[in-house]
Amino acid sequence: MKKKIIITFFAWLFSLLIFFPILWMIITSFKTEIDAVAIPPLFFSFEPTLENYGIVQERSNYLKFAQNSVIISFGSSILGLVLSIPIAWSMAFHPTKRTKGTLLWILSTKMMPPVGVLIPIYLIFRDFSLLDTQLGIVIVLCFVNLPIMIWLLYSYFKEIPNEILEAVRIDGASTLQEILYVLVPLSLPGIASTSLLCIVLAWNEAFWTLNLTSIDAAPLTTFIASYSSPEGLFYAKLSAASTLSVLPVLFLGWFTQKQLVRGLTFGAVK
Amino acid sequence: MNIIRTAIASIITLFVSTIAIAETIKVATVNNGDMIRMQGLTNEFTSKTGINVEWVTLEENVLRQKVTTDITTKGGQFDVLTIGTYEVPIWGGKGWLNELNFSASYDVDDLLPAIRSGLSIDGKLYAAPFYGESSMIMYRKDLVAKAGMTMPQRPTWGEVYDIAKAITEGNDGVYGACLRGKPGWGEGGAFITTVANAFGGRWFDENWNPQMDSPEWNAAVSFYVDLLQNYGPPGASSNGFNENLALMNEGKCGMWIDATVAASFVTNPDQSKVHDKMAFAQAPCAVTCKGSNWLWAWSLAIPGGSKKVDAATKFIDWATSKDYLELVASKEGWANVPPGTRTSLYQNPTYLSEAPFAEMTLNAINTADPSFNGTLKKKPYMGVQFAAIPEFQGIATSVSQQISSALAGKITVEKALKNAQKIAAKEMKKAGYTK
Repeated sequence: MKKKIIITFFAWLFSLLIFFPILWMIITSFKTEIDAVAIPPLFFSFEPTLENYGIVQERSNYLKFAQNSVIISFGSSILGLVLSIPIAWSMAFHPTKRTKGTLLWILSTKMMPPVGVLIPIYLIFRDFSLLDTQLGIVIVLCFVNLPIMIWLLYSYFKEIPNEILEAVRIDGASTLQEILYVLVPLSLPGIASTSLLCIVLAWNEAFWTLNLTSIDAAPLTTFIASYSSPEGLFYAKLSAASTLSVLPVLFLGWFTQKQLVRGLTFGAVK
Repeated sequence: MNIIRTAIASIITLFVSTIAIAETIKVATVNNGDMIRMQGLTNEFTSKTGINVEWVTLEENVLRQKVTTDITTKGGQFDVLTIGTYEVPIWGGKGWLNELNFSASYDVDDLLPAIRSGLSIDGKLYAAPFYGESSMIMYRKDLVAKAGMTMPQRPTWGEVYDIAKAITEGNDGVYGACLRGKPGWGEGGAFITTVANAFGGRWFDENWNPQMDSPEWNAAVSFYVDLLQNYGPPGASSNGFNENLALMNEGKCGMWIDATVAASFVTNPDQSKVHDKMAFAQAPCAVTCKGSNWLWAWSLAIPGGSKKVDAATKFIDWATSKDYLELVASKEGWANVPPGTRTSLYQNPTYLSEAPFAEMTLNAINTADPSFNGTLKKKPYMGVQFAAIPEFQGIATSVSQQISSALAGKITVEKALKNAQKIAAKEMKKAGYTK
């Protein structure tokens, strides 16, 4: 019992430590700019104000940025699933002698600094009129997350006995039917957690979204970046903008945490 | 039948004319108070010209990266860019910016000469200043008086040191001098350059050899580190403009030497706890006053890739005109008009009475000299706190990281300057300036 109390205490302490920056951001968003930079920092001994949220609403069209974030993160994840499920299926159930090497090569693309290919991609986007379009950024973020999706789905698919798929094939199912009606339902927790992870990654992605969008397709990362100032106090307004930006994805993570944990630990214990 | 044809023709004409009227330009800008105020007043421009304006507001470094990518690839994402005096000579020289030609009513001769020359190449204007700034001392007159001292109108660094010492020793929890220490060419790098200039230094000699190993740089950096380590705030190596602004407004600093634009923040009762205790003086000199105060102007320019040059020119004409200053004054008072661009503003008695820092700002801007003769020994580059060459950003950021490390006590000043010299020499050789 005593051991359980100690473990619970440390679990709470650790969780609070991790959550503290978000809590501090939320508290700061209710301060005036002068209270936000007070020395020593003010925890609760300040008069809360909604002024920053008012300024943010007045200056920026939050809903448009949020809508773009939803379209970009969900769009890139759905497109990624359409591509990665058949790729992972072929690698998991029909491996060749080059499969391992291909998997490593796919992962190695994540090791390249994105700025190294910024100019070529920018030129391609310019020539195909994809700059500042939702389609353009959906394609880029899909390819950015594709290696992770393939690797995660590959590891989930490997847990499914090949015999089940063989039985389906003997029953006369086509490849598409095999994937859609058997493989996908069997690995649904894995697919769900992969999708959620990629949605969160795309939601938070800042390099490509800041460089390839400006107004029409600009997501919440651009919205936040517009509240940082080189000359002038901005912490309270920035905190309000950041709070508004993380809230949707925070709730998404909260409501789906069971599926996320289940998916991420899928096949971990045999 | 004729009625239907006429109706269709009218609808098409109306549709086409609506498209023609509703021209839209995209403006990329930094998130500074004056820029945000301009965004709020954009409706006035639209109602006057019929041109819509869409804004992309970003943090300075993000904006710089984004517009650099766009302008080098002629991406055409923006019609008006907000850039500084560092970019204008480089980008204008490469033909990446459109020359600005305004009507006579714009009165280009009214622009402050120092600012105008910083934005021109061979007499042609490539950007129009939205607001200009130099650097100066902002100090607590109550604390200086309490210490029994006086701040000269243009003190030496030695006098500044003595005042900082007296304030720190005489007041608990107050730091004598708050200065930039954060690494970055536009943060600590800009500030230390003005100190080095005052001590007789320069970034490069006439043959583009870096000068970090010179006695002048050694004296300047040693002095700066000594002053901040003894009489500056803790953690000064991570303090930039905003951190020092927060300290000053909280009443934790005896003096702050930084951008003149900060004067309106520290005297603003809504922002500062010490707004009524502030006074101003020119930036300190040492062996020379040349190059001891910087010159910067956030300016509006039209990139070469823009397809709406006429509309963009109209916007810049409006945003940097005398009428715009009057518009801001009528809405928010003279103290809030963008400073440091026009001579006529400093001849306006109402402005001079409402902005106690106006005269000091004008003096600072007028004494800043970005030309080749702007330092004690002649230099081969334009710019006071920067060298207007593309390689400077990278070099100065690395050099300022070394100086910041010395300030944090991680390495000695000698070691920092030795490393800085090595980095700068390598980059200049790689870029082909030296052999």
